[in-house]
Parts: sequence; C-alpha cells; structure tokens
Amino acid sequence: MTFAFTQAGELGAHTVPVISPGAAGGVFSLLWLVIALPAAGALVILLLGNTRTTTWAHLLGTGTVAGSFLLSLTLFIALLGRDETDRSIGQHLYTWVEAGSFRADAALLYDPLSALFLLLITGVGSLIHIYSIGYMEHDERRARFFGYLNLFVASMLVLVLADNYLGLFLGWEGVGLASYLLIGFWQHKPSAAAAAKKAFVVNRVGDVGMALGTMLAFVTFGTTAFAGISAASEEAGQGTMTALGLLFLLAACGKSAQVPLQSWLLDAMEGPTPVSALIHAATMVTAGVYLVVRSNFIYETTEVAQTAVVLVGAVTLLWGAVIGCAKDDIKKVLAGSTMSQIGYMMLAAGLGVYGYAFAIFHLLTHGFFKANMFLGAGSVMHGMDDDVDMRHYGALQKALPVTFLTFAMGYLAIIGFPGFAGFWSKDKIIEAAFGENLVVGLAALAGAGITAFYMTRLMLMTFFGKKRWDKGVDPHESPSVMTVPLMVLAALSVLGGLLLLGDFITDWLTPVVGETAHHELAVSPLVITLIVTVTVAVGIAVGWLTYGRRDVPRVAPTNVSVLTRAARADLYGDAVNEELLMRPGDRFVTGLVGFDDRGVDGFVDGSAGAVGAMSQRFRRIQTGYVRSYALSILAGAVLVLAALLAVNLT
Amino acid sequence: MDPTPFLVLSAILFTIGSVGVLTRSNAIVVFMCVELMLNACNLALVTFARVHGNLDGQVAAFFVMVVAAAEVVVGLAIIMTIFRTRRSASVDNASLLKY
Repeated sequence: MTFAFTQAGELGAHTVPVISPGAAGGVFSLLWLVIALPAAGALVILLLGNTRTTTWAHLLGTGTVAGSFLLSLTLFIALLGRDETDRSIGQHLYTWVEAGSFRADAALLYDPLSALFLLLITGVGSLIHIYSIGYMEHDERRARFFGYLNLFVASMLVLVLADNYLGLFLGWEGVGLASYLLIGFWQHKPSAAAAAKKAFVVNRVGDVGMALGTMLAFVTFGTTAFAGISAASEEAGQGTMTALGLLFLLAACGKSAQVPLQSWLLDAMEGPTPVSALIHAATMVTAGVYLVVRSNFIYETTEVAQTAVVLVGAVTLLWGAVIGCAKDDIKKVLAGSTMSQIGYMMLAAGLGVYGYAFAIFHLLTHGFFKANMFLGAGSVMHGMDDDVDMRHYGALQKALPVTFLTFAMGYLAIIGFPGFAGFWSKDKIIEAAFGENLVVGLAALAGAGITAFYMTRLMLMTFFGKKRWDKGVDPHESPSVMTVPLMVLAALSVLGGLLLLGDFITDWLTPVVGETAHHELAVSPLVITLIVTVTVAVGIAVGWLTYGRRDVPRVAPTNVSVLTRAARADLYGDAVNEELLMRPGDRFVTGLVGFDDRGVDGFVDGSAGAVGAMSQRFRRIQTGYVRSYALSILAGAVLVLAALLAVNLT
Repeated sequence: MDPTPFLVLSAILFTIGSVGVLTRSNAIVVFMCVELMLNACNLALVTFARVHGNLDGQVAAFFVMVVAAAEVVVGLAIIMTIFRTRRSASVDNASLLKY
C-alpha cells in the first residue's frame, strides 16, 4: 500500500477529481425521463392491478424500459461529443427536503460513470424484459411481474443518477424493496417467502451503514451532495473519512452480497429466473461497486477503508467460487459465481486509481455474460419442466442448440478464454492485484482457476455427457422471444472486451475516478496474462477430468470431502449467522422479555396492587351511616377551629 | 350592649342541635336539629352585626334563612319518599350507599 501511494504521488496522478456538474441543456434536459419512463410504467401497472392490465402490461413494461434505453443511448452519444472536461451534467429538478441548514435536492448527475450504468441497466434490463415476456407467459400474475421489474429498473436508475447520498439512498431502498417483491414473487412457496425476507433483512444491515454514512457525511461536510463532498474531501479528518469509508463498505457488502453479508444471494434464487438475471447483472448487486467507485473521493483519502475493501473483495471472490464448485442447482452455481465476480470488482475498486476503471469494466462485461448465462439457465429450466438440478440434465446441446451456443459464449467469457470479454476485464484486475500485493494477486489468480473449474463442471453436467433426464421430460428449444435476447447478450459477451480498445474505458472514466495508474511490475503484464491463462486451462482440465471423462451420478454422492460438504452448506454462512447473531439475539430478546415481564411489569403491577390494597382499607370508612359522616364533619370542624385558635394564640 | 348572653344562648342552641344530629335516628328530628344549628348561627350573626353596627351579619342571616328554606323543601321531599318506600324514617336504615 505504502509503495503504491508514494509512486502515485510522484506521478501526480493521485489527485481526486472534483465533481462540478455543468447545467443541463439541449438533449440533456430530458435526463429525468430516463427514470420517469419505467417509473410511470410501474405506477400504471401496479395501480391498475393485475387483472385490468394483464393483456398489455408486458408491452408497456418492455416499452418503457426500451424507451429509457434509447434515451440513454442518445444521451451517451451526446456525451461522447462533448469535451472531456465538460462531461459532467447536473439537472436540478426541485428541492426535495429543506429543514434548517439541511437541504437535499432532487437533482440528477449525469457523468461518464452514470452514463455507463444507464446503458447497462436499461440495455440489459430491456433484454431481460423481452425475455420475460416468453418466460412468464403462463404465469397469471405476469402483469404484476412486469410492474415490479419496472420498479426495480426505475429504482436502480435513481440510485445511479442521484447527485447526492440521500437521493442515492432513495434508489438504494427502492432496489431493496423491488428485490424483496421479486424474490418472493412466487409467494405461495414458503421457501420463496423466506428467501425474500432473508434478502430484505440482510440488506437492512447494510442499509444501517448507508444511513449512518449519509448522516456522518452531512455532519462533516454540511451537505450530502457528491459535488460538495468531493470538493472538501481532503479537509476532513482522517478518522472521519475512514469511518465514512467503512460505513459505505458495510452498505456495499449488504447490497452486493459480499462477505460477511453474503448469505442472502444464494437463497435469492427462489425468484423467477429473469429476476436473478436482473439482480445479478444489471441492478442490485452492482450497486455496492457503484457506491465504492462513486465515493472514490472518500476512499482516496483513507488507506484503512481501501484495504478493507480489498480484503472483502478477495475473501468474497474465493468464497463464492468455492460455493459454486459444490452446488448441483444450476442457478446456485451461477449465484456463487456472481458473488465471486463481484468480489473481483470490489477488489479492483479497493485498489484505488489502479482499479476503479477496471472494476467498472468488469462490471459491464460481467453484466453481459452473467445476464446471458442466467437467461440461458432459465431457458434450460424452461425446457426441463423447471428442474434446476444439473444431475438431471446432460446431453442438452442437441436438444437446446441455441441455448447451448449462447451459453457457451457466456461460459468462455466468464472463465476468461482469450479474446472473450471476461478475459480482458479479469486479466486487468488480476494484474492490478499483483501490483498491489502478492497475496491478493494470488487470491485473484486462484479465483480465476476455480471459476474455470466450476463453470466447466456446469457446462459438462448440463450440455454434455449422457442423458440423465427425469421420465416424461422432453427438452425443447425456447421461443424466439427468449432466444433473441440470448443471442444479443452472447454477442456482447464476446465483444465486450472492445471497451478496452485504445484504453477507451480508462480514458472515459478519468473525469470521475482520476487518471488510471499502473504498477511497476517485476514481470511484464504479458507474463501475468500467460500465468492466468495457464491457471484457467488447469481449471478446465480438472473439471473435464472430474466430470467429463466419467459419468455423473444422478444422485449427489454423500461420501465427499470436508470442503465439499462445507461448500454445499454455503461454507456455513447461515450457520455462522445463526450461532453468532441469531441465537445470542434470541437469548438477548428472551432476557429482555423476561425483564419486561418480571422487572418492569412487576414494578408497575406491584405499585398498582399496593394502591389497590390500601384503597380496600380506606373504603371501609364509607359506612353508609349519615350520622357517622356528621360526626366526622364535626370532628373536622373542631380540628380546624382548634388549629385556628392555636395559631391565633401563639 | 353586651353580646355575651346572646352568644351563650347561640352556643347552647348549637350544641343541642349538633348533639341531636349525632344521637337521634329519626330523620325528622335530625332535620329539626339541623334547623336549630342554623338558627343558632343566625343568632350569632345578628348579634355580631349589632356589635359592629353594620348590616353585613344581617344580610348573611338572610342568606342562611333562604338556604334553610330551600333545604327544607328538598330534604322533606326526600324523607317523605324514603318513608313511603321503606315504612321507616330512620336515618340508619337508609345505609345502602356505601363501600
């Protein structure tokens, strides 16, 4: 770390860019429409209800997101035409909250970073919408599904377009809500309802970090706007910035399913498959990476928080990869791989100016190939009567040719086969990781090898080998409304690496994250690329030796190693949560209830009982005999008189 | 004028009245004793008015008389009703309103 920073200082590349948006004019004044379109779609569909919109909701939902995409594309092209120093545009809509010295605007910030996110969210989002038309065709609540999808996209757009942390928080929570609704979409299944609840609760833990971070930012800087904070970031104390960085890291861990808040992601597979694609590729889990990259002006000032981000990323990328190796559920393998790939992005984001651009680069390519593979998995499930167990697949490449070919593109991209999108983006991250620290670099390298292994395993178990189908299953290729999005995404998985051509991605992001720096490595980057490729080849070979050469048993073997057993149990993430948090919390709450029952209630009930018992005695005075009352009045009068006399006489 | 005899008489009447209220059980008698106490007060008031040479005490006495008259109206009616329903005018019998 120290070495890296001094070097950067000498190069003079370590100044944090200040966000100072210019006024929105021309086509940029339509910026708000990007959010408004899907939001309006969600509003119309959800307010009119499922039955009234059932015939046209999917068209409206897809149309609004596609419109949003076209607008994003127009804006992107317009932004390309601008001067590099002039690519940050702010649009003030109205004053949202104003109380005392606190002020939050409903204002949008359109800069190179949010431009890329806009394209990813609306582009991949549109494809997922189109795919869902076919995938959800026989679901009678399809209209509602599209309403939720639109809500999801709109929330994510708010998240990446907000120009302050409070606005970002609004989108952040909107994404949390939409994911809850979609993961639990098949709410009649108790497992889906539980998974939705779990995702919601775990996300709330991260949201605590987000809320506290926003408050701390306001207390420190007097504003929550990115512009104000980035301008003053170097004036605040080191401790404050570290606290901010760690709080936002906690938030990112929750949303991006990073260790230790990773447990919700695998259960989230209970939702319909397009939802998984949306969560894993375009929205939701990328929000954490966005937050870290967007907050680069905070992380650049605090080494501690940066190291924490690197650590979280490195641990998660191995964690997810190991889980992916042992799962038989095709969607869970992909979920594990998402966790792992997001770990790569976090790792890169934690490397500071060496990695921000590559984190976003990998985020984009991952968005392409992961959406491709999730939708491909959905297509496989569609053909296999919604069976997700890969041990019941096998030899599907003939039955589902289009799905197989498109999936293969995603596979080659994610393992980093030379030339494919993932090769370029992952290679850059591993290179930067080696420049940072040997251990981190080795972790990233090992992750690449394991990724190659479990993805090969998935491919072999699904598309090759012998048929292990259930009786009565007749795999059939999906309709074209589902396969066309797959083809588009497959093409993007192949060509995504072009973003690196002529250092486009790093130059493009320079106004936001600063000039991308490069480490002085002991060996040439080409050697590292070679090592990575060899590691990947080893991973593929091991996968083929284990699953390609031999027949895959139809029932998962039980006499397996400790590591496999642990990986099957999600590396005991749930067990740890249960032992460390749930049980002590349970005991704590039981204790509190006991204290409330005995302590607090005892005191209150006791005093009330004492007053009641005393009253029982006193009420005996009320005898009902007039003459005894008269006597007491007389006695009282005599007493008063005596008192008066006594006072007067002395 | 020496007020002592008047005040002594007033005190005697008041004492007779209060002892009557406390010891007798017949509601009518109790009632009359209350009247006796009120009139003892009136006597004292009028006496003091005379001593001080102004009309304050006399006015107060009038008020007491008015109150006593009103009390008689209500009180006798209550006693009549109680007697009709319970065939008794004893104040000790009507002791249902208690704890």
